[in-house]
Amino acid sequence: MSTLGVKVKKIRSKNAGPFWITIDVFCGDKKIYKDVCNKLRNAKISSLLMISEQDLKRFEIDNLNVIKFSFPRKIIQGDVFDRDMHGAQLAVLLSEMKF
Amino acid sequence: MLPIKVLVPSGVLGLGFDLEALNNGIKNNPDIISIDGGSTDSGPFSLGSGTSKYSRAAIKAEWKSLMIARKKANVPLVIGSCGTCGTNGMVDWMENITIELAKELNQHLKIAKLYCDQQKDYIKESYKLNKILSLNPAPKLNNKVIDEMTNIVALAGAEQIQECINTGADIILAGRTTDTAIISALPLMKGANPGSSWHGAKVAECGALCSTNPTSGVVMVEFDKTGFTVEPMSKNAFCTSQTVAAHMLYENADPYILHEPGGHMDVTYSNYYNIDRKKVRVEGAIWNSSINYNVKLEGAKIAGYQTSLLVLLRDHNYVKNIKKWTDKLSIFLKKEINERMDINSSEYSIEFRHIGLDSILGELEKNLGNPVEVGVLCLITSKNEISIEIAKLINPFLLHFPLSFNEELPTFAFPFSPVHSDRGCVYEFALNHILELDDPMDAFQIQISEV
Repeated sequence: MSTLGVKVKKIRSKNAGPFWITIDVFCGDKKIYKDVCNKLRNAKISSLLMISEQDLKRFEIDNLNVIKFSFPRKIIQGDVFDRDMHGAQLAVLLSEMKF
Repeated sequence: MLPIKVLVPSGVLGLGFDLEALNNGIKNNPDIISIDGGSTDSGPFSLGSGTSKYSRAAIKAEWKSLMIARKKANVPLVIGSCGTCGTNGMVDWMENITIELAKELNQHLKIAKLYCDQQKDYIKESYKLNKILSLNPAPKLNNKVIDEMTNIVALAGAEQIQECINTGADIILAGRTTDTAIISALPLMKGANPGSSWHGAKVAECGALCSTNPTSGVVMVEFDKTGFTVEPMSKNAFCTSQTVAAHMLYENADPYILHEPGGHMDVTYSNYYNIDRKKVRVEGAIWNSSINYNVKLEGAKIAGYQTSLLVLLRDHNYVKNIKKWTDKLSIFLKKEINERMDINSSEYSIEFRHIGLDSILGELEKNLGNPVEVGVLCLITSKNEISIEIAKLINPFLLHFPLSFNEELPTFAFPFSPVHSDRGCVYEFALNHILELDDPMDAFQIQISEV
């Protein structure tokens, strides 16, 4: 079994203001996009991120072949216990996920 | 008066831009030059301390290029969110740099300053009158929290920037402003399509990030009745319908909606197409005015005083048992601190991060490997400056703490002398709220000066 990172073109994550994080999955082409849209479950993503499924917002952006996930941060950006202010390393969780 | 051309030299002053591209932009006769000066992107320190993230020298060098370009184009030059955080102090800091440069360049200027600081009494009164509403997720707000904040700013929108433009100023130094408002203000004033004015501003707010060559910086956006056209000014940069559309994803929790003072933009039905190899045309964004005029608030308060220590471990047994080691050490240290310093553990926090193991993702890490060495970053945060004293007490145990009692005393690697680093005062964001205003200028002031 391969990983999602191998399957798609690029996965990136970034803070969206101090209170949210957003993850963009760039699928590359329509075929892969459809496949990922069908198979990638919100339950799986929220469990990877250890957040509740209700907090996860999902957008499927057809014209860009992108699936986007956004969620409120459990620890606000730059707080004493924050480990990654820009949240840009979180993307590896999806990249390394079995797919 | 349409179309209106807005030249955006880069995503933020201090990041650098291609001078040749800037000159190309000036040759294309812009109506205004707009650049962002700040962000919350680097965390709460800038707002908490009221200081700039970038060095004064870097800001001055880039501002000089822009002041020369402005003189050549003879149009207004606008900077939003002066000095990263956009406090009044940072607007004055930027004015100071501008005055120095005006003398060096022998320029005579009219300067408009937009102040965005919020007084605590005003915020408390607004809170009492239910004029402050929380966004999701919002930190807890009450009068005590308001008192604890070191700086509170409101984000200006297009209306406040338009007031500044109307003064006829050559240079506008704005405090905290939305990234987009400095770009959308003039086209909106001149009757360009409202949805497209905001959409074009959003596309250009990070400079050439919407193109194939992000570091070239400079883009021009042309606004008219039905839409906008965006073009990078560097000969080595190109905009494609994909690079432009994809920019709505960047740093945005919602790829279709953008909230601004006075309403929100919706790009769900936007169309993007290439006019030629470089230029992209976009139409179809919609602006929805809100009933109330709301501005976003930002505030920061002191989270504590922090001291850090770093110890490196290469001993195989310790690397293998690193979490067990820091767990044991943590319990031991709390007891020592309590007994020797008479400080209760509620007055400080000690955190160990295992660099090489899971220091970035923490409990989310799924892929714990077999590192040959581990760095242990120890962070002590206390309510007062006692964190340095705690660090000094911890120092010998970080160096020598054994996993078991019946072994020779180990010694690990300290890479620094002194071992501890005083990180001083650290801050936290304390507001994710909006403030309702009767008039857009209620929470803002404009000051005019000539040099």
